[in-house]
Amino acid sequence: MTQVKMTVNGKDASGDVEGRTLLAQFLRDDLGLTGTHIGCDTSQCGACVVHVNGEAVKACTMLAVEADGAEVATIEGQANADGSLNVIQQAFQDHHGLQCGFCTPGMVMSAAALLKENPKPTEADVRHYLDGNICRCTGYHNIVKAIMAASGQDVSAIAAE
Amino acid sequence: MPKDGGIGASSKRREDVRFLTGNGNYTDDINLRGQAYVHFLRSDIAHGTLKSVDTSAAEGMPGVVQIFTGKDFEAVGGMPCGWQVTDKHGQPMQEPGHPVLAQGKVRHVGEPIAAVVAETYEQARDAAEAIVLDIDELPAVVDMKEAVKDGAPKVHDDLTSNLCYDWGFVEENKGAVDEAFNNAAHVTTLELTNNRLIANPMEPRVAVGDYSRSGGEHTLYTTSQNPHVIRLLMGAFVLGIPEHKLRVVAPDVGGGFGTKIFHYQEEAFCTFAAKACNRPVKWTSTRSEAFMSDAHGRDHVTKIELALDADNNFTALRTDTYANMGAYLSTFAPSVPTWLHGTLMAGNYKTPLIYVNVKAVFTNTVPVDAYRGAGRPEATYQLERLVDKAAHELGVDPIALRRQNFITEFPYATPVAVEYDTGDYVATMDKLEEMADIAGFAARRKESEAKGKLRGFGVNCYIEACGIAPSNLVGQLGARAGLYESATVRVNATGGLVVMTGSHSHGQGHETSFAQVVAEMIGIDENMIEIVHGDTARTPMGMGTYGSRSIAVGGSAMVRATEKIIAKAKKIASHLLEASEGDIELKDGAFSVAGTDKSVAWGDVTLAAYVPHNYPLEDIEPGLEETAFYDPSNFTYPSGAYACEVELDPETGQVTIERFSAADDFGNIINPMIVTGQVHGGLAQGIGQALLENCVYDSDGQLLSASYMDYAMPRAADLPFYDVDHSCQTPCTHNPLGVKGCGEAGAIGSPPAVVNAVIDAMRSGGKDVAHIDMPVSPARVWAAMNG
Amino acid sequence: MYNFDVERPSTIQDAVKAMGREEAQPMSGGQTLIPTLKARLAAPSVLVSLTGIDEMKGVCLDDEGRVCIGGATTHATVAREAEAHYPALASLAARIGDPAVRNRGTIGGSIANNDPSACYPAGALGSGATIVTNNREIAADDYFQGMFETALEEGEIVTEVKFPVPTAAHYEKILQPASRFPLVAAFVAKFSDGVRVAITGASNDGVFRWAEAEQALSSNFSPDAVAGLSLDGSNMISDLHGTGAYRAHLCGVMTKRAVAAIG
Repeated sequence: MTQVKMTVNGKDASGDVEGRTLLAQFLRDDLGLTGTHIGCDTSQCGACVVHVNGEAVKACTMLAVEADGAEVATIEGQANADGSLNVIQQAFQDHHGLQCGFCTPGMVMSAAALLKENPKPTEADVRHYLDGNICRCTGYHNIVKAIMAASGQDVSAIAAE
Repeated sequence: MPKDGGIGASSKRREDVRFLTGNGNYTDDINLRGQAYVHFLRSDIAHGTLKSVDTSAAEGMPGVVQIFTGKDFEAVGGMPCGWQVTDKHGQPMQEPGHPVLAQGKVRHVGEPIAAVVAETYEQARDAAEAIVLDIDELPAVVDMKEAVKDGAPKVHDDLTSNLCYDWGFVEENKGAVDEAFNNAAHVTTLELTNNRLIANPMEPRVAVGDYSRSGGEHTLYTTSQNPHVIRLLMGAFVLGIPEHKLRVVAPDVGGGFGTKIFHYQEEAFCTFAAKACNRPVKWTSTRSEAFMSDAHGRDHVTKIELALDADNNFTALRTDTYANMGAYLSTFAPSVPTWLHGTLMAGNYKTPLIYVNVKAVFTNTVPVDAYRGAGRPEATYQLERLVDKAAHELGVDPIALRRQNFITEFPYATPVAVEYDTGDYVATMDKLEEMADIAGFAARRKESEAKGKLRGFGVNCYIEACGIAPSNLVGQLGARAGLYESATVRVNATGGLVVMTGSHSHGQGHETSFAQVVAEMIGIDENMIEIVHGDTARTPMGMGTYGSRSIAVGGSAMVRATEKIIAKAKKIASHLLEASEGDIELKDGAFSVAGTDKSVAWGDVTLAAYVPHNYPLEDIEPGLEETAFYDPSNFTYPSGAYACEVELDPETGQVTIERFSAADDFGNIINPMIVTGQVHGGLAQGIGQALLENCVYDSDGQLLSASYMDYAMPRAADLPFYDVDHSCQTPCTHNPLGVKGCGEAGAIGSPPAVVNAVIDAMRSGGKDVAHIDMPVSPARVWAAMNG
Repeated sequence: MYNFDVERPSTIQDAVKAMGREEAQPMSGGQTLIPTLKARLAAPSVLVSLTGIDEMKGVCLDDEGRVCIGGATTHATVAREAEAHYPALASLAARIGDPAVRNRGTIGGSIANNDPSACYPAGALGSGATIVTNNREIAADDYFQGMFETALEEGEIVTEVKFPVPTAAHYEKILQPASRFPLVAAFVAKFSDGVRVAITGASNDGVFRWAEAEQALSSNFSPDAVAGLSLDGSNMISDLHGTGAYRAHLCGVMTKRAVAAIG
């Protein structure tokens, strides 16, 4: 077992892990941060996306020991300080960008990374950025719309409620 | 002005807040003190005699708690099938045993053979590798038509053949149908495959079993669409646990799409093992395991024929379908290609004579059962491809041919045993033509051609049947369950309500939309209403959520229970207001006496019910809680018309969806935002089936599409913004809300439009292709273009 | 996963030393290796993580004007930092996998693994790159030796890849719809002394140079020059997503489009 220490959502976190322990497992099982989900084992679905040192990564495809010393951000740390939804989260609710909610944490974390890189993405930008995030419920329409809305763009011309 | 609350309002979903902040409570998020983990050793061969399972080397491995094999389950019941189909000779289907862990034989890749319970998941997996299996491999049967030939290897030695049933519907009509074909002016024939799919909800299945020695009570936490059904099936038929000693909880569930309806071995195992090991036992499926243990969907091979008279009226329809059951009968598998498929073959058309033949076949593959739409997409696809082909052969406009043959008078009794209560297929087609901008298509095609691409337009109609019922009818059809729903409405003293429903929400937003209905009925704020679901200990009986039944059946039960609440509350109010009960009106959360300004607030009445000081105790009991069971008198029949526009790259064969328009008639709508979202998701799954998804076995029964590396899930960049409309509304005539259901429509209605559009594009490129099977992959399109 | 120790060296020297341990396996971004470990298809005793070695990270130009990329440089970094020097290579990197994968996956890992459908092998072979390891330099033409086969010795680590910069280049790919790896992709690089064409995703022998196309394009750099050429599909990958014949056809289409994109 190896001791790892990291900052998770701004707070110090540590634990003893095996070499094979994945960051996603450490977050879920050791820290109880179960908002990071595991939806596949081939690094494709993106339900586990978190930020490590400010970059989106798949927490199921990174060893916990490799996050030693890193700053990790998960879905649990995304809301505003007063507990209200942040701009992206609020846009997902306003535009019905989630149904079962399982892919949602990864979607929100990917969206946050996209908007940091590209504050006014086009529809195509958003769709391509989500190559590594699979949603089975929404058909993506409202996810794309929500992310564009979160970037401050007018999405009223996009069809539907 | 859109409403800001109640029925018809696009209320924001209350469940979103927990999902968006990482506070959802999915089954894998549940960890019980002292839990152990199970890993299933699964067969990696498709068919073989299981001669021995030697666990001796594994027993002493680090962390091993206990190892189970088929022997441990010899005294336990097998997995039950919930629907018995009677074949065309009046005989019951062949129904093989379905063990929890393999006994004597393995019959598909992924079948669980042994289960290792250990302190950690990895230790369980380590020990499973030390189990020595002795399996004599047998030839596998994968192809359905091969499987039913004489001399084919038998999946089940104790059955007479691999034919589960040979179903004719309506058998008495067969002669008349054949006669109509003999007299037809034109016959269009089409042979096609409805590709096998894997549902792939993003949350893999999970089961956590727990047992309390003090009370002798079992609890199972599971990723289910219908926890009460699991309680009944597993309790009564597998483990022999009475319902009052068994609690099944399905907390937040990350999508179902049908594949989480069924009772699976892993659920029974964890429940059983928790008692045997005297500690909680948890199983979390990996995605790789899900591919070979979740029930698959579709997989029909069909020949369909349409007879037309000289005026292009449809005179008869005849189909011949092989439906794959896989190696065992999953919970509702036999019903899918029969009662959920044959009864829909009339579609939107007044074809007077129809005969449907379905041969259900056992193969050495994972069991196949309901997947979003279940039987109805298969019916719609073949019919709507066939009508398009007929139009092409006759040189007529495919929309005009459809319109000419539409059913226009309701109620309409089809020749396949169902009665459509309402619908307006002309209205949805009119709407669709407007949405799809058919007039602008020629210009758009020119633009595509200027880029070296081909452009195609395809259209189709669909009819769906939701809320399959009534129970006494489905019992005659072979269902071994009722198909009602129940709800309990509990009003608290201070006026808030808890609705305990047997429906289960795993993405559909019931916690929001169900509350809208009750809020509208009473005239109170939605936030005063809590919707509770997914726990057999907290809700009365429930049949769960599938087949787009929740609002039509579960919602109706809730309405009936709320009506009882209102009736009793009016009695209390009449006492408080010293007025006659018949004069009491409920509006905006207050009871008033008609024609006066006397009124009493909702909260005063509810308080009186629980603090009955001034109360008619001689007439009614204190308290305000009512339960209703609702058993519908008929199915509901959503319908619609869909159009797809594709661009096709003739050099690569790649197809992109450029436009998709959907005009649906769902009857009355509770929450338009949620309904639209349901259609979006269905469209993505239907387009996924048409363009991308394919579950493929090789001839040895090895699953080739065994992960997301080979099973193509639709991604954001594969799909467009959809144009969705549900302003055409013919309310259902037989349920109190006038609702029809919307969950499956998108998946049912979209595949034929996509394929029709691709064929249109190929024709515009000079290649007259009669048919192309799904998924319409670049390789297939290229082969068809160059064939 | 089977369990393993993890070594996190901070220098190439320490990494090489760690690789001397029994059943040691280097791991760069882990985007292919970790899924492989999850499937228990590999059982190293020691994983030597290369992500903490700063001297193996970054993009720079050498004296010969070559773009030199450290083996542990992520795809995202290459996409950003090579853009000014070698846009076609940056564009290749920017289209590998998905954003989260690009933030972890590295050029060294991709080149060392030599997946027959990976993007970087096409970029390296098409550019005539030099693969630098902890003890030697290997020309790309000698390095890629078949599906998952390379010239690397046991324990040898790809520390850097040096790319000569062509006058123009383009990477054109069509995606396998499930994995989102290339179904077939062509990297076309136009140098002053000739044209190189590398194809990935198609052959059972992994990435390869299409000599006939190179020859045709060297004398006439236009889409028409490759229009009449064909490859034999009989030794090409044939799977759920396309036959060898289809892949052979796509080699021509991708090459032609890459040429057209260069203009």
